[in-house]
Amino acid sequence: MLNALLHVIRRDLLLAFRRRTDVMGTLVFFCIVGALFPLGVGPEPELLRTLAPGALWVAALLASTLALQRLFGADHADGTLEQLLLSPEPLALIVAGKVVAHWLISGLPLVLLTPLLALQFGLDAGATIALALSLLIGTPALSLVGAIGAALTLDVRGGGVLVALLVLPLSAPVLIFGAGAAVAETGSTLADANLLLLCGLLAAAAALAPWATASALRISLE
Amino acid sequence: MSSIGTIIDERRPRAASLLRYASPQTALPLVERAIPWLHGAAALLALAGLYIGVLLAPTDFQQGDAYRIIFVHVPAAWLSMLIYVAMAFWAGVGLVLNTRLSAMMASALAPTGALFTFLALWTGALWGKPTWGAWWVWDARLTSELLLLFLYIGFMALQAAIPDPRRADRAGAVVALVGVVNVPVIYFSVQWWNTLHQGASVSLRSAPSMATPMLLGMLVMTLALWAYAIGAVLQRLRAIVLERERHAAWVPRHLGASA
Repeated sequence: MLNALLHVIRRDLLLAFRRRTDVMGTLVFFCIVGALFPLGVGPEPELLRTLAPGALWVAALLASTLALQRLFGADHADGTLEQLLLSPEPLALIVAGKVVAHWLISGLPLVLLTPLLALQFGLDAGATIALALSLLIGTPALSLVGAIGAALTLDVRGGGVLVALLVLPLSAPVLIFGAGAAVAETGSTLADANLLLLCGLLAAAAALAPWATASALRISLE
Repeated sequence: MSSIGTIIDERRPRAASLLRYASPQTALPLVERAIPWLHGAAALLALAGLYIGVLLAPTDFQQGDAYRIIFVHVPAAWLSMLIYVAMAFWAGVGLVLNTRLSAMMASALAPTGALFTFLALWTGALWGKPTWGAWWVWDARLTSELLLLFLYIGFMALQAAIPDPRRADRAGAVVALVGVVNVPVIYFSVQWWNTLHQGASVSLRSAPSMATPMLLGMLVMTLALWAYAIGAVLQRLRAIVLERERHAAWVPRHLGASA
């Protein structure tokens, strides 16, 4: 079983590596949205420092929603997905592998890029670490919840807008606790509480989302 | 035909005779008979509730007459959550047992639920302006109610985007079941977070913290909105059944008989 999981992850990473522009698209989108906030609200350093955690969290949420189409889209187009559904391995496991690979491709780079964007917003080291840590825990949860929406809107007209409509309300708790952990003073009780709640959301999503996604895939492809 | 029907009825236990109504064909006459009664009850109860609420109930000593919006706001907010749970329940039943009517019921519930969610938000804004001094605050209950509206819209948009009705039913069911986690969050938000929205004034476990005519008006209005909601949902259900089953032989027969 673990073998199948690793195979799915390896395959998806390899495919992503061969089609690098797709991956870069999400990252560039994240940077552009991050750059638009100072243009929109003005360059006052104090204001930007206050806004930074929330603004970058919203940017990460939008970037990860935008990347969801890629999760099953290509596999569905070339028929691989139907083969995966026929596999004797549990579908939830295969889905989990695909989500992990998807997060490594589109979520982790956002986290690694965060310090650079935090510099643009003038955050100090402590706030930057808090923000990156909250994104590190939060983005996998976003990928897990988003996978349900991606599976449901597979091959549906207007899928791009629809997936956002379905996923964004469900991602709101992750955004609230993630941004809450990033905004609160590092090491304070409030930051810890938000971070723990974020971990709880991630654990719940990891336990439930692959099954929901697997049944959604079966519905979409029957 | 009728003699066979009665023989089967006599043999089967009561539960089975109720399960008969899982078939759109048997349920439709019952639904059609109930609709006028429900609409009538809704109109009468609403008149009674508004009479109690606007004319009989005393003016609140803190909030003045602005509080009277609760006679619409509180029942609408209750129903917005309850209808979502009912929708998720019927969608789940449809997904597990593969019954067509349950899935149609879930689709019929969604627009009414969205309407009540919007009504709860709108009347809340009308009440919030004179009382809190703001149309909208980012309070936990308001935000989660807004998310509920988005969930209803997502459910309806997904069903509308999928041309195959069976796939639309099942995909909608997954969304409804995933989204149901939001309902307890709304309900308990005033207890979990210390926010601006006041706690519940009516509870089964303790005496209500409001004057009797106020409570009576609110309960009568709740019954009125319940009757309206069920009537409207059944009317929409009837339309969905007739549209989806239009190729079945019983539909023209049924329409011919009732016309």
